[in-house]
Amino acid sequence: MTLPGSLDEAVAALAAMPAAVPVAGGTDLMAAVNSGLLRPAALVGLGRISEIRGWQYQDGHALLGAGLTHARMGRPDFAALIPALAAAARAAGPPQIRNAGTLGGNIASAAPTGDALPVLAALEASLVIAGPAGHREIPVGRLLAGIELLHPGELIGYVRVPLLHAPQTFLKATGRTGPGRATASVAVVLDPARRMVRCAVGAVAPMPLRPYDAEHWVASLIDWDGERTLAPEALTAFGDYVAAACIPDPVPTPEGGEPGTLPPAVLHLRRTVATLARRALGRALA
Amino acid sequence: MTGGMGGSAGTAGSGGPDDVTGVLGSLAVSAVAAPPAAPDGPPQGLGVSVPAADADAKTQGTFPYAADLWAEGLLWAAVLRSPHPHARILSIDTRTAAAMPGVHAVVTHADVPGDAAHGRRVADRPVFASDVVRHHGEPIAAVAADHPDTARLAAAAIAVEYELLEPVTDPELAFSAEPLHPDGNLIRHIPLRFGDPEITGEVVVEGLYRIGRQDPAPIGAEAALAVPRPDGGVEIYTASTDPHADRDLAAAAFALEPERVKIVVTGVPGAMGDREDPGVQLPLGLLALRTGHPVKLAATREESFLSHAHRHPTLLRYRHHADAEGKLVKVEAQILMDAGAYADSSGDALAAAVAFACGPYVVPHAFVEGWAVRTNNPPSGHVRGEGAMQVCAAYEGQMDKLAAKLGLDPADLRMRNIMATGDLLPTGQTVTCPAPVAELLAAVRDFPLPATSPEEEDWLPGGPEGAGEPSAVRRGVGYGVGMVHMLGAEGADEVSTATVKVSGSVATVICAAVETGQGFSTLARQIVQEVLGVTDVHVAPIDTDQPPCGPAAHGRHTWVSGGAVERAARMVRTQLLQPLAAQFGMSTELLTIADGRITSYDGVLSTTVAEALDGKELWATAQCRPHPTEPLDETGQGDAFVGIAFCAVRAVVDVDVELGSVRVVEMAVAQDVGRVLNPAQAHARIEAGITQGVGAALTENLRTNAGQVRRPDFAGYALPTSLDAPDIRIVKLVEERDVVAPFGAKAISAVPVVTAPAAVASAVRAATGRPVNRLPIRPQAAVGAGL
Repeated sequence: MTLPGSLDEAVAALAAMPAAVPVAGGTDLMAAVNSGLLRPAALVGLGRISEIRGWQYQDGHALLGAGLTHARMGRPDFAALIPALAAAARAAGPPQIRNAGTLGGNIASAAPTGDALPVLAALEASLVIAGPAGHREIPVGRLLAGIELLHPGELIGYVRVPLLHAPQTFLKATGRTGPGRATASVAVVLDPARRMVRCAVGAVAPMPLRPYDAEHWVASLIDWDGERTLAPEALTAFGDYVAAACIPDPVPTPEGGEPGTLPPAVLHLRRTVATLARRALGRALA
Repeated sequence: MTGGMGGSAGTAGSGGPDDVTGVLGSLAVSAVAAPPAAPDGPPQGLGVSVPAADADAKTQGTFPYAADLWAEGLLWAAVLRSPHPHARILSIDTRTAAAMPGVHAVVTHADVPGDAAHGRRVADRPVFASDVVRHHGEPIAAVAADHPDTARLAAAAIAVEYELLEPVTDPELAFSAEPLHPDGNLIRHIPLRFGDPEITGEVVVEGLYRIGRQDPAPIGAEAALAVPRPDGGVEIYTASTDPHADRDLAAAAFALEPERVKIVVTGVPGAMGDREDPGVQLPLGLLALRTGHPVKLAATREESFLSHAHRHPTLLRYRHHADAEGKLVKVEAQILMDAGAYADSSGDALAAAVAFACGPYVVPHAFVEGWAVRTNNPPSGHVRGEGAMQVCAAYEGQMDKLAAKLGLDPADLRMRNIMATGDLLPTGQTVTCPAPVAELLAAVRDFPLPATSPEEEDWLPGGPEGAGEPSAVRRGVGYGVGMVHMLGAEGADEVSTATVKVSGSVATVICAAVETGQGFSTLARQIVQEVLGVTDVHVAPIDTDQPPCGPAAHGRHTWVSGGAVERAARMVRTQLLQPLAAQFGMSTELLTIADGRITSYDGVLSTTVAEALDGKELWATAQCRPHPTEPLDETGQGDAFVGIAFCAVRAVVDVDVELGSVRVVEMAVAQDVGRVLNPAQAHARIEAGITQGVGAALTENLRTNAGQVRRPDFAGYALPTSLDAPDIRIVKLVEERDVVAPFGAKAISAVPVVTAPAAVASAVRAATGRPVNRLPIRPQAAVGAGL
């Protein structure tokens, strides 16, 4: 176990011992260690790297340290900056998990139910990766989709998020009242400067899904210079559009046979996504 | 290794009376006022909130459980479990595992010296699977090694060649499937016939209900330490809830006399049913005997989910006949219980399900056919309220349907049919115990509804950061009335033996009734305080060298073991007072003992217990054996139960009818308790039972896919958290003494679990207009009608 004090030291420690595993909050990693599923040869603890535990402003963006805890992101000052990420952080489990779990860990674990992931996808955030060869920047979606991978010795250092100065929402459905993993989650962000609505759906697929057609269609209905409101029918149609895009109908078989029907549980999931998307956009425009 | 009960009895009073008031003060409504505690000193005796002696140690984390035990030269065990629900074992090769450095022994079915089959009720379960595996997680072999990781790796290195067989996972197909076991697939069949089969009612409602697989999910997983003895025997330290039964099956498996196997009971970290897994204890004992070393195993959460007994998943088909006024005429039902791979106590669960299939209602004609069948699903067995809980969800669903069909208020319809003392069960047994069911139902019905609207609640369905929208939230109110038997049924010999000793100013209770959280060790102290007036009462740790007290199930320890403690204490009292009474020429009835002092009615005699003892020790041992019961006959008739407890619950739920998310806002409970022996403990047990019932109603279901357990962890199996637990209002505890029970007290833990799920389902029905015929209630079933 090494405890580097800076990002550079951490990269050096990983380079010196490629089998070492970096650990931040440990909410996923240490559970695997405790249950005997993982026996890392060594750990590089990221908890003492103060430079990644806060955030700074950089030409219209916020540069968020990967070591930001969910508890920190849930506070009102952060919520004023990036409301949807703050809402996702507040929903990300019980206080014990939120106090330890980090933004970078959420991305590195890349669990389908990771609450920050649909928000980052909707914000089109990019990741600043620190490695032996210096820093590089990749869009978060490319890492989550597996198009880009972290190379040995690399760490997620920062997350660059555009500051949009407009309403954002994150809504999540779980199986219970207490903290639980999402059965579906929806993030909606408004980008008035570009006259765009961006939406991402989490937990229904291995990575957050972006319903581009639905986004463009609904953005075209909004009067960006006026009230920025939509009729309830339009919100409902947006929800259905998003849900059908993320959970499509079964396609007909190549032989021209009847397409199957979705099982009731999947139909309910689609209805859940539709409801969440409708409510999320409605609240963002309210 | 002082175990669960005795060690720290001396701290009994450290909580003090103020703490007790604090506990009671937090309860919103209570019709039962606790008698005031003695102004000086801690509360003592029956009817007051004596705190548990181990409460401080448990809250401070210093209380030792089996997983904390350690012994010199300790080895660690790992059990290899079947990854398949149904397969033929072609070969088991342990050579690689045995040759690994650090491995001391590997055992399989070939190393079991004694009886190959065991079981708590029916001996049909092998210690290790030999030719066939019948469920996912069945033990196949075990390893002892000098490090837990070595043991785990060695277990993984055992090469087992399987021929996969098609698993039978649908209980309806078990009848026609090839026998999964030499005993066949039908474990028990009860065709109950009561009354006239030809009669019909003016109104008929039918329903099909499915109840899921609730897991007891003890918060501390199974763990044990086996220590070999110099005499060739073995001692097993574990949190057994039925130590003598566990000892007997271990002795049979090891081919040892029962005297050479000793179970020492440690602290019990949660028990909702039979606790501790023979699939852990038996391999540990074998490994300890084989290696000559102490061997320990602390099960992972996954092993725990796979191995212990679950609640029976049940399919119920009902037809209720009633007249135009809503009086029940006839109930027809078919009940199919999935016993899993082995019989365990499924026969008992089926008897309860069939006998209580009509609920606490007067039903003149009943025809109930019940089956418990063998499948390749996870094993089912005793989980609090088994059988009674599944049928309660179904008959209460039927009562809601009948009320809707007749246009009657659901509580009113129930009231028209409610049972009272003297009515008949469909088994032909007369309910002779107090049955104040109408009073219970009236109490919850008349209790004011929560004043807050859904928008004014702290949070909406979905939780504090959920997606709930006030305009989509509907509130529903529903009722459940339930019943469950107390003590073993159908001729089970229910007997307990207890010894009470007084020496100086200290009394000691020796009784093998396990404290599982039900509060028995506190109750035993209260009884001795009450009878002997001694403040300082210790409860000795439990092992199987003491006389048997049976399983900690069906409230039997409050009744049978409590009764034995009381008799033993009274015998000691007589021994203590008789010489004094003879000396002063009066009968012992004219002497009283309180606060350690003996005084006569006229105040002439006043001495202390210690002085009266004059350095002597007084011992007495007594037994309690309630009146016998008889098995149900071939038409399901017979006086099978010693006593019955009743409960009424009114549930208030908020449902987001677009997402189908449910939040239980409030549960109002009225319960038939006979007599409250410890108010704080009684309230705690009712709150725990209601919360477990809310879990069964909404989230708790151990799901399988073709016999494979899916997600055996607490992320996949959602227990209620503090945010899921509703406000629990204990509206009324009806104290109508049961004259045949010691102190007149009834068991209180099981009946809230039985009744709460039915009440939640009823309330969700009211909120959504949907039938809600499956537990737990899935979100898609709670989406509003028409959406």
